[in-house]
Amino acid sequence: MALSRRKRAKISRGAQYAILLIVVVVFALTANWERIGAAFFDLEIAASLFPDIVSVALVNTLIYTGLGFALGLALGLVLALMRLSTVRVYRWIAGAYIEFFRGLPALLVFLAVGTGVPLAFPGTFFDKYTAVMIALGIVGSAYMAETLRAGIQAVPKGQVEAARSLGMSPGRTMITIVIPQAFKIILPPLTNELILLTKDSSLALFLGSTAGEYELTQFARVALNTNPSLTPFVVAGICYLAITIPLSYLSRYLEKRTGGKKIGTPESTEVSA
Amino acid sequence: MSSTSDLVVEVTDLHKSFGPVEVLRGIDLRVRRGEVVCVIGPSGSGKSTLLRCVNVLEEPTSGTVVVDGTELTDPDVDIDAARGRIGMVFQSFNLFAHLNVLNNLTIAQRKVLKRSQAEAEQIGLANLERVGITGRESAMPNQLSGGQQQRVAIARALSMDPDLMLFDEPTSALDPELVGDVLAVMRRLADEGMTMLVVTHEMQFAREVADRVLFMDDGLVVEEGPPEQVIGAPREERTRTFLSRVLNPTHVPEG
Repeated sequence: MALSRRKRAKISRGAQYAILLIVVVVFALTANWERIGAAFFDLEIAASLFPDIVSVALVNTLIYTGLGFALGLALGLVLALMRLSTVRVYRWIAGAYIEFFRGLPALLVFLAVGTGVPLAFPGTFFDKYTAVMIALGIVGSAYMAETLRAGIQAVPKGQVEAARSLGMSPGRTMITIVIPQAFKIILPPLTNELILLTKDSSLALFLGSTAGEYELTQFARVALNTNPSLTPFVVAGICYLAITIPLSYLSRYLEKRTGGKKIGTPESTEVSA
Repeated sequence: MSSTSDLVVEVTDLHKSFGPVEVLRGIDLRVRRGEVVCVIGPSGSGKSTLLRCVNVLEEPTSGTVVVDGTELTDPDVDIDAARGRIGMVFQSFNLFAHLNVLNNLTIAQRKVLKRSQAEAEQIGLANLERVGITGRESAMPNQLSGGQQQRVAIARALSMDPDLMLFDEPTSALDPELVGDVLAVMRRLADEGMTMLVVTHEMQFAREVADRVLFMDDGLVVEEGPPEQVIGAPREERTRTFLSRVLNPTHVPEG
């Protein structure tokens, strides 16, 4: 006998809830909660991590990310302009750079900067902050260059024509008219880039450092040596989320704010003067 | 040097191709100081391209453009300095979207003419008043109606003290009830003696304000003369066909 549509939907939904209920019940009955609690979140161990996990590790994560983002943005802007250059060689160089570093694991770049550079150029020594900034900057710039290029190209051509018709040179037009508007357009994707760099800053773990230079991941890993519990990782994870979730909301908010409005185009449905 | 000749615009044998398409096929055009010249013609006739070639926003394929005695088609000319003296008004206004009204007016004055902030603001405000916009200096462009935006765009061009104003279908993107304000500003500008080259579909405006009307079709100037001749009593068949379509848009031709 054929079921009505309403009946079929009811049965399907009921079955899904039943499966969920069974899984939860089985897990709750079989799990050793004490053990799990001790392994993942031991309040005593958690308390012992403070205040250093915030005052040292979180602060260092923010510093590494900030430095890497700043360098990445500056380098990315140069690459984006090279990519849009009328000189073919510049376009090639920028294109090769972007393809190269977007195609490599970030860890490889970190290891190359941390260990490869001192080997290749004896006498060159980067302190930890510089090394992380360079590595994060290189990784970030390859992605941000493409975002910036797209943003620059998204600025309506009429804006450039208006500026040029007023006697502004191409360079002046780029700096005073195009780039400010491009940044407004790409603020949401740039925020996402900042989130990615925050997470990638954990790779600083693979570059040697002293206790004062620990960021969240390394801090947690070292804490793990004295405490046989995953609690330090859980606390570090919460610290990361405290940075990334607000940023993600910010990105969505910015997207909503700029998404509906087209920049530079006249609005036809307006009341008269 | 501008006083040596009363010719502001001198276009000679201008050709422009986009790829294989020849949009301008040999245009000659002279505009004297204080003259208002309107260019009319069907879409695709090349009239906007001609206008954009006058300040070399579009690079001509061949031919020469001389404005105020300076040959703009010379590759060694300081094109930015020349453009600073040629105001241009676009169909889509093109106000700088990230700047408020007053900054739209001052930015080129400061960066190109190197005027001080105070002087630029003073000149900008005076020109806003000239186009009938007051009290909206800090508004962003998208907070203004199309008619207001276009008048701000005119004020922006005027703030550079241009010797010549180019208008590229300035009212085509406007709602019908906003057209009048913009045309009134342009009419006043013409009365004040501004040299103007206007691409337009507003036949009434061309008839009343223009000293001379050019009818273009298919990349050539087909007919040229005073408005009462070109619009009132056209000699060329193509001009007549075009005008009857524009002036009686609901009329269906026979056959």
